[in-house]
Amino acid sequence: MKAKFLVPLALFVLLAGFLAYGLTLNPREVPSPLVDKPAPAFSLARLDQPDQRLDLEQMRGKVWLLNVWASWCVACRQEHPFLVELSRRDIVPIIGLNYKEVRGDGEIDARGMALDAETALAVQRARGWLQAHGDPYTWSVLDIDGRVGIDYGVYGVPETFLIDRNGVIRYKHIGPIHDAVFRDVLLPKIEELTRAG
Amino acid sequence: MPVEFRTGAWLRPLRGLAVVVSLLVSGVAIAESVPGPNAQSAMPAAEDAALEARVKAFAYNLRCLVCQNETIADSRAPLALDLREQVREQFAAGKSESEVRDFMVSRYGDFVLYSPPLKASTLVLWFGPALLLVAGGAWLAYRLRSRQREQAPQLSDEERERARALLKGSQPNSEESRT
Amino acid sequence: MIPELGHFALILALVLSLVQAIVPMVGAHRNRMALMAVGRPAAQGQLVFIVIAFVCLTWAFIESDFSVRLAATNSHTDTPLIYKITGVWGNHEGSLLLWAMSLSMWTVAVTVFSRNLPEAFMARVLGVLGWISAGFISFTLVTSNPFERLLPGAEQGRDLNPLLQDPGMIIHPPLLYMGYVGFSVAFAFAIAALLTGRLDAAWARWSRPWTIVAWVFLTAGIAVGSGWAYYELGWGGWWFWDPVENASFMPWLLGTALIHSLAVTEKRGAFRSWTVLLAIGTFSLSLLGTFLVRSGVITSVHAFATDPTRGLYILALLVLVIGVSLVLFAWRAPKLAGGGSFGLVSREASLLGNNVLLAVACAAVLLGTLYPLFLDALNMGKISVGAPYFEATFVPLMTPVVILMMIGPFVRWKGDDGGRIMRKLALTGLVSVVLGIAIAFAIGHVSVRTVLGLALAAWVVLGSMQLLRSRLAERPGVAGMVRLRGIPSAWWGMWLAHLGVGVFVIGVTMVGSLNADLDVKMSEGQTAELAGYTFTFRGATERAGPNYDAATAIVDVDRNGRQIATLTPEKRIYRAQRMPMTESSIDVGPFRDIYLSLGEQVESGAWVVSIHYRPFILWVWLGCVLMGLGGIFAACDRRYRRLAERTAPATAANAKQAG
Repeated sequence: MKAKFLVPLALFVLLAGFLAYGLTLNPREVPSPLVDKPAPAFSLARLDQPDQRLDLEQMRGKVWLLNVWASWCVACRQEHPFLVELSRRDIVPIIGLNYKEVRGDGEIDARGMALDAETALAVQRARGWLQAHGDPYTWSVLDIDGRVGIDYGVYGVPETFLIDRNGVIRYKHIGPIHDAVFRDVLLPKIEELTRAG
Repeated sequence: MPVEFRTGAWLRPLRGLAVVVSLLVSGVAIAESVPGPNAQSAMPAAEDAALEARVKAFAYNLRCLVCQNETIADSRAPLALDLREQVREQFAAGKSESEVRDFMVSRYGDFVLYSPPLKASTLVLWFGPALLLVAGGAWLAYRLRSRQREQAPQLSDEERERARALLKGSQPNSEESRT
Repeated sequence: MIPELGHFALILALVLSLVQAIVPMVGAHRNRMALMAVGRPAAQGQLVFIVIAFVCLTWAFIESDFSVRLAATNSHTDTPLIYKITGVWGNHEGSLLLWAMSLSMWTVAVTVFSRNLPEAFMARVLGVLGWISAGFISFTLVTSNPFERLLPGAEQGRDLNPLLQDPGMIIHPPLLYMGYVGFSVAFAFAIAALLTGRLDAAWARWSRPWTIVAWVFLTAGIAVGSGWAYYELGWGGWWFWDPVENASFMPWLLGTALIHSLAVTEKRGAFRSWTVLLAIGTFSLSLLGTFLVRSGVITSVHAFATDPTRGLYILALLVLVIGVSLVLFAWRAPKLAGGGSFGLVSREASLLGNNVLLAVACAAVLLGTLYPLFLDALNMGKISVGAPYFEATFVPLMTPVVILMMIGPFVRWKGDDGGRIMRKLALTGLVSVVLGIAIAFAIGHVSVRTVLGLALAAWVVLGSMQLLRSRLAERPGVAGMVRLRGIPSAWWGMWLAHLGVGVFVIGVTMVGSLNADLDVKMSEGQTAELAGYTFTFRGATERAGPNYDAATAIVDVDRNGRQIATLTPEKRIYRAQRMPMTESSIDVGPFRDIYLSLGEQVESGAWVVSIHYRPFILWVWLGCVLMGLGGIFAACDRRYRRLAERTAPATAANAKQAG
């Protein structure tokens, strides 16, 4: 058996190995280039008091989670009970980034709506939703037009960022958080970051 | 970027051909009596058509993250609309293409580019085809040279007999299969 | 009851496929005629049962039996009948059944049209096809049962994806699958030949028409798919280098190489191990395509809903089929040395060169398609590889293919005088380059790509004319008609297919250079201008379709003050899925398409209308039609028909030629 006739077989075995490994990967999950980079600055209206703003700077010195949510987001409903439960355990403050509450909802035609009216509607919808499902957030802020979302590279809601005392993003989770993910991935990182400070 | 030229006087010999071809392609090159804009003219969907064309061309090379596999230029996903708006604003503000590209990559990573940047991890991607071509060419040259040296084909009697049997052997079998 | 009947029929088909896989193989090994003879009836019976299963599934769709999960998720009582039927293959499970049915049809075709094959050889071919069939039917039954019940049944179905409710859906998947699956016949012939160790001219002659017919189906399938995307997606593009498109294009490229390589093996007995490898490779790429579409390892607009167990099952199938055949290749191919000698300038050399280039082009597409997966698996980041990459690599690789394509047919077998060929074609080449530059200036678009494309197209068209003339000059003194009729069908096939490539290149170049787009807001009475055409908006009306509501715009198209068309682009909302769709309206012409699609309605009541001007786009598909026709002519050549006839003299003549 001449070696050169084994070349196609060898190439195929290599390819099959990659394909098999590929089955375990999720091609739609895009890692964020923002990890280990300073969190993009923002200053947004608070949901509880829309005339007040929350700055990124205000969170300096804390290890915290930034959770991107919206009332129209189906998967958010799925992770919400866990977030409520987590907030009771008082491990880490959670800041909610309410993402495109009105214009992100495919059922509403928000074109031509004035920003004031849109904000008022967003506040009403978001508060109603938190009343119905519980409010795990230290604060929620309103990203009406989704610009802060773009700065954070948000592409699917929910997403959760872990940010350290110096305002550096340490981890990003795409999709709903659940018990296992928190216990195995987020919690060890949070503990490490808290100790480090 | 294609360089565009108008047919000039110095190309007079080609004028005849130009007319023929232009007629075929329905008058793109040859000036026509195009009526100017009037009250009845529809407004361009974008306020600045030239800017819009740049945005479209640029967005064609960006990948929409929420959709399965569509460009930001074609996708109707809300995020794609937002990102198109971002591109539009930044172009309008005078940002260059590479600045806008960096803006996208710093937020979404290389994934957002349909044309992967040349770096260590993409060397094989970008130079692979050329390498394959060289390898293929080398193999071809080797094969051709060895073929030239080879003797004319001499089928052994046995082989010849076998080929014949293979073809002849079909008769009784095909009879059988008809039943 | 009927779905259970279908399920049962599919199980019986699986049993028969296993019989077909095992019994004739054993028979061939032990040289037992009775066992070998089992293959044919098993294959034919299998087709009967798969057709029964398919009809039962179609019945569930037509009758809107929403207790069948597949019908409930892919149909609706209001869906028009034709889309109820095509909905059967508009999903993973049903399309897999279509896959299995295509394979079974090819197998039965082999039993019918290749009756003169030696029984032992036929038994092995059927055995190989039986194994593949068993693999796919069991895959269907185990992981993707189309007859699965939904208890209690759904009140109403969720309707077929509106994108798929289109005439393209009627013919595109069947054609594409017939192409994909058709390469299994060439594969089975190759494996059977490897098993017996008899890879000779006769083998090449048997498998060549099958390969060509599969290639014709694949060509047609890809062309229809591209045409469908063109008018359905609403912005006038026709090829996107999406992974799934690449998955169908790779077997096409390698299949093209295979057809040419088989020609050399048939005529000269050379390239035998290479031809076998191509036959294995082409079908392997078909299987790989199936894996990519259905496993979810790669994101694509066309991918089916994914499920890791399905991915694992197909991967196992892939490893078995391809792995075993490559082991067999490594074991047997070394004994296949030989074939004729040929010179540096010879038909063989030019065909081998074309083969290498096509294989490299195919490998480049494969590399680009799978590279994101490789990087991800090595944890080196996520990237996207799209049109800019493929355009940058594929065009330079195909350019020499097109150049060589017109030289090859002028070169004699075994060896030729390089100077003679050069003298013959120098003028043609020169004129082509001049024409390319001149036309580029004439159309006012001078870029490297335009000049290159036009020069290549001129080279192919002029070269084809010259080739025809020199072919006719071979028999001086004979009347023109007689000379024309004397040319074998296979030669016409080659000529047409090559000319088709030229026509295709014209289309691609012109539409790439001169297309124009305009987005305007239009209200009643307003006009817009593009590429010398005037568009007048005549208003929009509402209309209710069978399962959708539509807004239809009416736009008059004028040129030089004369009305040439009234176009009616639509925006539809499909009721069941609440999905908006744009239905473009196109004035098709030989030298340009005027393509309109309707966007959103804006505040003022005006509509956003996208106007696209697509010069010569029809030539893209015209080129594909010529290539396909070429394939049909080649497959209809008299020597293959003679092979099928069972007259002794003809067979003897063949044997003489083959030897």
